[in-house]
Amino acid sequence: MKHNLVLRFITKYLFPVIALFALYVQFHGDYGPGGGFQAGVILSVAFILYAMVFGMESMEKVLPLGLLRTLASTGVLIYAATGVTTLLMGGNFLDYDILSQLPIQGQHIGIMIIELGVGITVSAVMLIIFYAFTDRRNYD
Amino acid sequence: MLDTFIDITLLAFLTITAIAIIKVRDLFVVIMLFSIFSLHSAGLFVVMDAADVAFTEAAVGAGISTVLMLATLALTKDHDEKRPAHKARLPLLVVLITGAALVYGTYDIPSFGDPDAPAQAHVKPYYIEQSMRETGVPNTVTAVLASYRGYDTLGEVTVIFTAGIGVMLLIGGRLTRKRDKEDDR
Repeated sequence: MKHNLVLRFITKYLFPVIALFALYVQFHGDYGPGGGFQAGVILSVAFILYAMVFGMESMEKVLPLGLLRTLASTGVLIYAATGVTTLLMGGNFLDYDILSQLPIQGQHIGIMIIELGVGITVSAVMLIIFYAFTDRRNYD
Repeated sequence: MLDTFIDITLLAFLTITAIAIIKVRDLFVVIMLFSIFSLHSAGLFVVMDAADVAFTEAAVGAGISTVLMLATLALTKDHDEKRPAHKARLPLLVVLITGAALVYGTYDIPSFGDPDAPAQAHVKPYYIEQSMRETGVPNTVTAVLASYRGYDTLGEVTVIFTAGIGVMLLIGGRLTRKRDKEDDR
């Protein structure tokens, strides 16, 4: 699809819109539908669209596999570390009340952080799976 | 009234797509039909006010899994499904009996949105009444997933992470070897 001018043009404009929508779903998840999982999936869809139109080589320049591996583990780590932090601060595991003076504020902070962790892991893992499927083609 | 009409239309499209998936032998067409099937399901979820699930279904079902199946298809040589050699009578009988049993079972299920259903009676009233006061998050789904059931969600994220590692180990192995070779050069 590398020579399809219309597709390339539209993808260039569609990519930021999809990515922005993913960020909206991520950080507006407290108030509207959505959350980390949905946001991560939508973000990875934007990158997959990019890779399908511009090819895997330019995709790997943007997001090398090594970076994705690091991101995938970072997300889980952020989530678990939030739990450990609340433990160290004297609360229960993943009890966000303790994160701030006001319990409700603590809940907001905690939910925001763990949703971010979920989003990072989900989008990275989806792209890792996509890489694993598509890159095999270069060999056979 | 309009809800019923949309429900019937979407379910009719789902059935038509499902029958088409069975009938069509070209696997490329089957994959695209699966994608359409997912998109219709996403529409149904929106009608049922489950926007979160609809997001996921549209992005994963219609988007990512379609791309993954297309990538798999590109790796294989034969793009046509072979006709099965045996007759479909016995499997059809089994499917019909199972389907009839399942339909019979639905008569015992509480109707959609029934406030007295067991699923609504347990902890749900507490979440609906208290989640705003306790977490300050207007979206109850997020409050339950991220706060009340935060431990479960941690497990789910770990499952996704493990799935990624599994795929990398099973079919992504050559990627690392390719890197090593390039380094040697």
